[in-house]
Amino acid sequence: MSTENGTVVVARDVTRRYGEGETAVDALRGVSVEVPRGRLTAVMGPSGSGKSTLMHIMAGLDTPTSGSVTIAGTEITTLKDSDLTKLRRRHIGFVFQFFNLLPMLTAEENITLPLAIAGEKPEAGYFDELISSVGLGDRLSHRPSELSGGQQQRVAIARALVSRPDVVFADEPTGNLDSSTGAEILELLRHSVEELGQTIVMVTHESRAAAIADRVLYLADGLIVKELQGATQSEISETMDEIARV
Amino acid sequence: MTRFALKSLLGRKFRTVLTALAIVLGVAMISGTYVLTDTIDRAFSSIFADSYAGTDVVVSGKAADISVDFESPPVPPIDASLLEDIRGADSVEIAMGGIYDESNTKIIGDNGKALSTNGAPSFGFGLDTAPELSRFNPLNLLEGRWPSGDGEVVVDAGTADREDFVVGESIEISTLRPKQDFEVVGIAQYGDVKSLGTATFAIFDVSTAQALFDRAGKFDAISIAGTEGTTPEQLIGAIQPLLPKDAQVKTGAEEAQNDQDDIATFTTFIRYFLLAFAGIALLVGSFVIFNTLSITVAQRTREFATLRTLGASRRQVLRSVLLEAFVIGFLASLIGLVLGLALAKGLEALFRALGLGLPVSETVFATRTVVVSLLVGTLITVIAGLFPAIRATRVPPIAAVREGAELPKGRSARFTPYIALVLIAVALLLLGYSMFADDVGTAQRLLSIAGGVLLLFVGVAMISSKLVRPLAAVVGLPARAIGGAPGALARRNAIRNPGRTAATAAALMIGVALVAFVATLANGMKASNREAIEDQIAADFIITSQDGYTPFVAGAGDAAAGAEGTDVVTHVRSEIAEIAGHGGYLTGIDPNRITEGYSFDWVEGSDATLASMGRDGMIVGENFAEDHDLAVGQRVTIQTGTSTSLEAEIAGIYKPPPFYPLLGAASITIGAFDELVERPRNQYTFVNVPGDPGEAARDELERATAGYPDAKVQTRQEWIDKEDAEFDQFLVMLYVLLALSVIISLFGMVNTLVLSVFERTRELGMLRAVGMTRRQARRMIRHESVITALIGAALGLPLGIFLAVLVTRALGEFDVRFSVPTTQLVVLVVLSVIVGLLAAITPARRAAKLNPLEALHYE
Ligand SMILES: Nc1ncnc2c1ncn2[C@@H]1O[C@H](COP(=O)(O)OP(=O)(O)OP(=O)(O)O)[C@@H](O)[C@H]1O
Ligand SMILES: [Mg+2]
Repeated sequence: MSTENGTVVVARDVTRRYGEGETAVDALRGVSVEVPRGRLTAVMGPSGSGKSTLMHIMAGLDTPTSGSVTIAGTEITTLKDSDLTKLRRRHIGFVFQFFNLLPMLTAEENITLPLAIAGEKPEAGYFDELISSVGLGDRLSHRPSELSGGQQQRVAIARALVSRPDVVFADEPTGNLDSSTGAEILELLRHSVEELGQTIVMVTHESRAAAIADRVLYLADGLIVKELQGATQSEISETMDEIARV
Repeated sequence: MTRFALKSLLGRKFRTVLTALAIVLGVAMISGTYVLTDTIDRAFSSIFADSYAGTDVVVSGKAADISVDFESPPVPPIDASLLEDIRGADSVEIAMGGIYDESNTKIIGDNGKALSTNGAPSFGFGLDTAPELSRFNPLNLLEGRWPSGDGEVVVDAGTADREDFVVGESIEISTLRPKQDFEVVGIAQYGDVKSLGTATFAIFDVSTAQALFDRAGKFDAISIAGTEGTTPEQLIGAIQPLLPKDAQVKTGAEEAQNDQDDIATFTTFIRYFLLAFAGIALLVGSFVIFNTLSITVAQRTREFATLRTLGASRRQVLRSVLLEAFVIGFLASLIGLVLGLALAKGLEALFRALGLGLPVSETVFATRTVVVSLLVGTLITVIAGLFPAIRATRVPPIAAVREGAELPKGRSARFTPYIALVLIAVALLLLGYSMFADDVGTAQRLLSIAGGVLLLFVGVAMISSKLVRPLAAVVGLPARAIGGAPGALARRNAIRNPGRTAATAAALMIGVALVAFVATLANGMKASNREAIEDQIAADFIITSQDGYTPFVAGAGDAAAGAEGTDVVTHVRSEIAEIAGHGGYLTGIDPNRITEGYSFDWVEGSDATLASMGRDGMIVGENFAEDHDLAVGQRVTIQTGTSTSLEAEIAGIYKPPPFYPLLGAASITIGAFDELVERPRNQYTFVNVPGDPGEAARDELERATAGYPDAKVQTRQEWIDKEDAEFDQFLVMLYVLLALSVIISLFGMVNTLVLSVFERTRELGMLRAVGMTRRQARRMIRHESVITALIGAALGLPLGIFLAVLVTRALGEFDVRFSVPTTQLVVLVVLSVIVGLLAAITPARRAAKLNPLEALHYE
């Protein structure tokens, strides 16, 4: 379902203004992004630079003040709610900072929920592969309250991947975890790109996290100011410092 | 998604159960009402079916078709000689003549008083118990034998049980004759009906009964069975020619159906009366459901948003919330349905405690009961869940990532106060129309009252969120004074989500409003009642039947007249009749003496008019005269149950107090009355004594009437007090029935508080961390609950009083006073506080149990 040049998400000249008049905030001031298929794209930038806003708009959770966004070739900024819902089912996955698991469902039920919503059955082969790669083992029948933060995030990642979406958006997926658990989660994301061929857009402000990305975009004050390809952690954090100094 | 909805319910068991309880009770009321009234219906229909089981056709006197307040005049007798003619007729196999009396037989209990049937019949039968006639006998002998000869009686099992009568015992029974001794020779049961309620049965042999009931040479009815192969219709054809014109013949089935129909109007009345309370309970329940689901939906905003990001459509979100409501409603209805069986017993006990014992057979659990209970309970829950469900669909997916995301306000939220005002205006119009418009049918009037009150409640509930702030400021003052810092916090908590507090309070508001309404209206009615009686009665003593409203045998009054040391004894006869073509009560008075006991307020005529009133003279009440365009000098026809009638001329018109007229619509002389009415009975006998009415005079009257234990001698004051007390008893029943709604609102309050405590876990933990003690935490929740309850009372009291004013005005023609029952209303406020305290028990305990550390970690 990708466009010919292998781009899953395309954002063009996106602006986003919150509020009106004197108190208006321009969170995005003309951002264009292309998200290539099968890659992990990281979005970095100082706090308040517009990272989350950009991601919400690219994911169709929010609408831009101007500009356009296409996902898998579909222009989403003008879609009706019902069409957007259908698009989410097949093309978009989410991983949240606070996991957002449903407390009354077991881990397995949480994972298969997107399929249940779409009225589909899990594909046996893929589902087993997915479960084994997130490594939950015997915890599948547990409720979220009985799982550790890292385990909960694994469940959330499996849930995002279960319908094999064109793109998974993750906003600070390690923001609520300690560093070693965070590292495991990052590994899992990297694994899903490499082994399962997923496309991921991840917002983070940790250079360690961004280091697993194929490409790092830097946002500052609502604009993309820099882009790195295949950079190391130290390059990433140096660039971060540079931008922060400006 | 279905699983998601079901699991949501399972994950919140406590809440789900509390929510369901709100519907359980209302549905139980519906189901209980149906079960009870069906059971009563069945008991009666089996009584009637048994009565005519072996009877093909029945010959009886012809009664005019008159009915007033579910009552018809007694049927006149037929000549006993008819029996021989009938026995000789073609197609007649066998026939029996019997005596059937419904009201004059009084069995005397251990205390020497007549057993009170509280309006139920006190049957006295004269039956030919020859074995070959047993097919006509509706009774089954359980013990002993049938009576034969004077001085023997068989009584019903229910009465024997209650009074411990055994075979061989001698008991006293009064009839048209003063009380006599009878030996209980047997105990019988009516068909297979376990209890006849408060009704009593005494069976004599035919000639004894003829003597006791003034039926010498007469029968009340002749039961006939045809020969093999004769249809009842053919039998009627054979018998009809033999009958004089004052007799009639009907099939047994027809008679059973007629009797059944009469009873059906009565049970239908009870049914709707009780269903009205079920409706109120369900209305309160729907507020509770609405509120609980609204809060739950708000608390789950993030959950719904997450579902949306996972691809759930709005419709799916809507369906999942409605499914939850459906499951709650259906399960609650199911439980309510079953609980109704127990409630039916409770209601029966309530009625019995109030002296309205009704016959009961095997419990009837009709399909209709199941269908209506499940349907209404489920539907109301789903409807109450509709609005919260719609709000859940408004949650945007982005709420999944927003910290502390709140449920977006409905698009119409802005207009809510205006919608509320429109609703209230429409409600007032409806109420005004129903109460003051002329030419409105009763059904239409009742419907618009119900609709108006419903809209008024909804309207006030909708606008009440705007009133929460100021009200909380006032009713929260004591909390602040008593509760200190926790009290002040409690007040803040009550107003921080005014919509929620308002909806919680609204549930209680309805109960409080209805109780205040009943209390105020009743207070006015009692005042009117008392005044009406005081205005009319001039006599020192009043003799009535034991229950006070069934007429008693004239012989008892005559006996009182024989008492020594009385000045004046004057009777008021009473019977149902048709006066100028309209059903009403006809009373017979002694024109020369009545003014000694009764004070007339003349419109046309004077006390002197009475003196000139002859056999064909009558006086009528002003309202009856106005309603039917009658004027002095006009001649009208009076028709009684017997086929005799009287042309009487209106001699005077007086104004009876509309609220409680002691005399009938029209009064004629006792002489004329006794010619019109067979076996006349007294409603009252008024007695004046020289000097003050003292104990000596009473003893003398009681001695004189001792042969008629159904006669009750009371002084004027005692009688007035008793009427008051009876009214109070009726009020108690209303309060008990309304209590159900208050209990439901109590559950609603518990529910809301539990949910708020849950929602504020973090905050409570913080308060505990900064030094709030468990005790203070408990107190805070308690105060919040009481404040909410008081807001409910503050809304409900004026609303109830307002409705009472409205109804009082509408009942203006009945002279109902408006008088605020201060004591009762204060009690009501205290009760509201208690409801608040009760509601807070569990939530306060939960709040106090919170461990500060865990609470802070709580996500
Ligand atoms: N709902 C909103 N209403 C008003 N302003 C908002 C809203 N959401 C974000 N903003 C503003 O838009 C700007 C960008 O916010 P955004 O959340 O995209 O930043 P961010 O880069 O994700 O920051 P962080 O690293 O702290 O998460 C900020 O100045 C923020 O205050
Ligand atoms: Mg952010």
